[in-house]
Amino acid sequence: MNFDPRFSGRKFASVGTRPIRPDGIDKVTGRARYGADFNMAGQLVGRVLRSPHAHARIVKIDTSKAEKLAGVKAVITAADLPDLTDGDAAMYDVLDNCMARTKALYDGHAVAAVAAIDARTARQALKLIEVEYELLPHVTDVDEAAKHTAPLINDAIFTEGLEEKPVKPSNVTKRSQFGHGDVHQGFGQADFIVERSFKTEQTHQGYIEPHACVANFSSDGTADLWVCTQGHFVYRQHCAQLLGMEASKLRVTSSEIGGGFGGKTHVWAEPVALALSRKAGRPVKLVMTRDEVFRASGPTSATSIDVKIGARKDGTITAAEATLRYSCGPYAGSWAEIGAMTAFACYKLDNVKTVGYEVLVNRPKTAAYRAPSAPMAAFAVESAVDELAKKIGMDPVDFRIKNAAQEGTRSSYGPVYGPIGIGPTLEAVKSHPHMKAPLGKNQGRGMACGFWFNFGGQTCTDLNIGMDGSVSLAVGTVDVGGSRASLSLVAAEELGIDYSQVKAIVADTSSLGYNDMTDGSRGTFSSSMATISAARNAILILRERAAQMWDIAVDDVVWEKGHAIAKGEKHGNLGKLSLKEIAVESGKTGGPIAGHSELVADGAGVSFATHICDIEVDPDTGAARVIRYTVVQDAGKAVHPTYVEGQYQGGAAQGIGWALNEEYIYGKDGRLQNAGFLDYRIPVCSDLPMIDTQILEIPNPNHPYGVRGVGETSIVPPLAAIANAVSNAAGVRMTHIPMSPPRILAAIEAEREWSK
Amino acid sequence: MAGIAVSTTINGDAVEYLCQPDETLLDVLRDRLGLTGAKEGCGTGDCGACSIILDDRLVCSCLVLGAEAEGRRVETIEGMAHGDTLHPLQQKFLEHAALQCGICTPGFLIAAKDLLAKNPDPTEEEIRFGLAGNLCRCTGYDKIVRAVQDAAIVMKGA
Repeated sequence: MNFDPRFSGRKFASVGTRPIRPDGIDKVTGRARYGADFNMAGQLVGRVLRSPHAHARIVKIDTSKAEKLAGVKAVITAADLPDLTDGDAAMYDVLDNCMARTKALYDGHAVAAVAAIDARTARQALKLIEVEYELLPHVTDVDEAAKHTAPLINDAIFTEGLEEKPVKPSNVTKRSQFGHGDVHQGFGQADFIVERSFKTEQTHQGYIEPHACVANFSSDGTADLWVCTQGHFVYRQHCAQLLGMEASKLRVTSSEIGGGFGGKTHVWAEPVALALSRKAGRPVKLVMTRDEVFRASGPTSATSIDVKIGARKDGTITAAEATLRYSCGPYAGSWAEIGAMTAFACYKLDNVKTVGYEVLVNRPKTAAYRAPSAPMAAFAVESAVDELAKKIGMDPVDFRIKNAAQEGTRSSYGPVYGPIGIGPTLEAVKSHPHMKAPLGKNQGRGMACGFWFNFGGQTCTDLNIGMDGSVSLAVGTVDVGGSRASLSLVAAEELGIDYSQVKAIVADTSSLGYNDMTDGSRGTFSSSMATISAARNAILILRERAAQMWDIAVDDVVWEKGHAIAKGEKHGNLGKLSLKEIAVESGKTGGPIAGHSELVADGAGVSFATHICDIEVDPDTGAARVIRYTVVQDAGKAVHPTYVEGQYQGGAAQGIGWALNEEYIYGKDGRLQNAGFLDYRIPVCSDLPMIDTQILEIPNPNHPYGVRGVGETSIVPPLAAIANAVSNAAGVRMTHIPMSPPRILAAIEAEREWSK
Repeated sequence: MAGIAVSTTINGDAVEYLCQPDETLLDVLRDRLGLTGAKEGCGTGDCGACSIILDDRLVCSCLVLGAEAEGRRVETIEGMAHGDTLHPLQQKFLEHAALQCGICTPGFLIAAKDLLAKNPDPTEEEIRFGLAGNLCRCTGYDKIVRAVQDAAIVMKGA
């Protein structure tokens, strides 16, 4: 197709308005169907048996007693999910994570599963499965695991990316490096240098809906899967590969999704549910408990990061360097690599070097969490940047403005930037009233910047025009936070009709071509591009049909504001035809009218944000409270501004939880001690203030409307902004996230001791 | 296993069911009665997604046994709208985009309804503490609080 994705300035009629979402009424009346809200006739209940050990060899599993229990219809172990990955190491890891094969690698690792007539029978059956474990030494801390003396999690892993191939296996799976220039020379030119080490603890995405699916394996070799996922097409590929099916024989329907934030981009229990259904010959519903969600899904990396930044007296950064260690769980990942790419992406640097190390630990397999890996790197870098500004005696905003990346800057991870928003977000922050508001006793203000790449990817969309003039838009990107509203707006915009005439749905894997997942902030960016393309294809047909109705040449028909108009004086008396008038006649002019689009949405514009935060610290208890928060972020073009604000606010709130409170706590035995919302406490309503937002619109040149992804960047600055605010309030630099009351109190007391 | 016979009132209608002694009211609503509007986010009373009103009291239905509903009045999200007419809270949640994924929304609506029934003119702080038993991971609560404030104004005027 001759689709031109380049930005063209235009006046919008629908885009930028704030209508009610099409799925709204179902969601406020309880009718919307999420992962666990679907049932099939004859459905069984699936449950998973999980390792209580952090690291153990599985010597023997005896399922015979469980199989004999009345009401049990299937029991499976790794033997029922044979290795069909054919040398694909990443898929083998997915398989092993779904069901442990030779070793249990973390507390919560699945070792067996049952399907029974009801939950009570399934629970009883789990107790009858006998697993003999041989305990192995474990390691859960990222720094401990990286040491040569640490217990080895996988003795077949030798660190990749070193100049010489190592002779000994290691928990460090890979070293990656980014940057340009000469940092040694750069530090030589510096008048001031800040060098510090930082740690962040592991957090969970914390979606309120546990993973849930219903699998139905049919005796003809086809299967259906109903599941809450961010990417049903990807789930189809992965499940089919693991079960030895052709992907076309598995139809996956994405339910409404109760939060994902990256955590629902990976298969966990779905292959297990399909294997149970295949063995039992009946549909199986498998829903994780909250305890399982914490122990066996998610989480993000724990990190340990060293940063060194040097600058001249005039505030010019001369060199920047970071070494980043990210935990991956027990399987190789690229989390430190992403951290190393994003760390200094906000700045224009002549000399920059970042090195990432991927580290295996006996914790759940690390999963993506909203701008994965970027918040931790930003915490370390933006803390050091703040400290350096203070050392030089410059205002932290001015210092950042002086060094901010611009159009044409070569980024620290390689590419040269097009038009970007880091400078404008900083300027907006500088003039924001929040920066001038007075602070009270024990209060501190902090600010910080954040970057995220954004992603485009494979996208397929169908736009069907009904004979009543209604437009049905079928998209393949799962709607995680209102994208059906924004995509309906885009279709209405392009066709020149009212929003109320369009209804967007998420199609299943058998009804639409392949789509990548809703990840990388790509949902509205990529599907709006495909929607614009599909609408333009539909307009071509609408013009042809109008030409036919008028019996004139199609080149004499233009499309304006939802109508076909005959151009030229000779057609002066033809009036105009609305989309509806053309649709009503479609049966006589060639049949249904539709527009399709299949494309790779390239050119997702990079995204920047700057946040401001005021914190009050109680010096007696160490408790910190956010009293004011402002998000400034570039959206390219906000299609539905209310939902853009929602993304900004939601990311900030997750960042606040991460910064102040949330962490995985492991005991010496390697078991997770806080696998529930009582002890893993995410922010509640009374913890937070209103979260102010300011949307900037610096058009993305690679999207017809200038749209950039907006979903992820908002979680990147908060850790650093809050750390800077706490440090200013408490008078001591905070280097360990979360800044829970005991950590803040310890830092304050250490500072008091020091200054005695 | 003999089930326990329960007669109760749900959203104004007389309902009878059999349940096991260890079944929660949430299990009964969702699995026996098909009322899946109440969600199980945790099963331990920490997230509020299963909030219902039991004899004028806001409770987590995951912490109530099915058998305990005998002779009581149960209000769930399915009973909040009157036919086609949304409750002002439902309407304001839509207008303010107080939901993103929407999984917590039924629980928030029920909790907010209970809050406004007891305190028709709450301050922002009272709303925030009144809804502190319900977890939302998408919105940062800003738009939820604004929706409840707006609904309170509408309901006072009604």
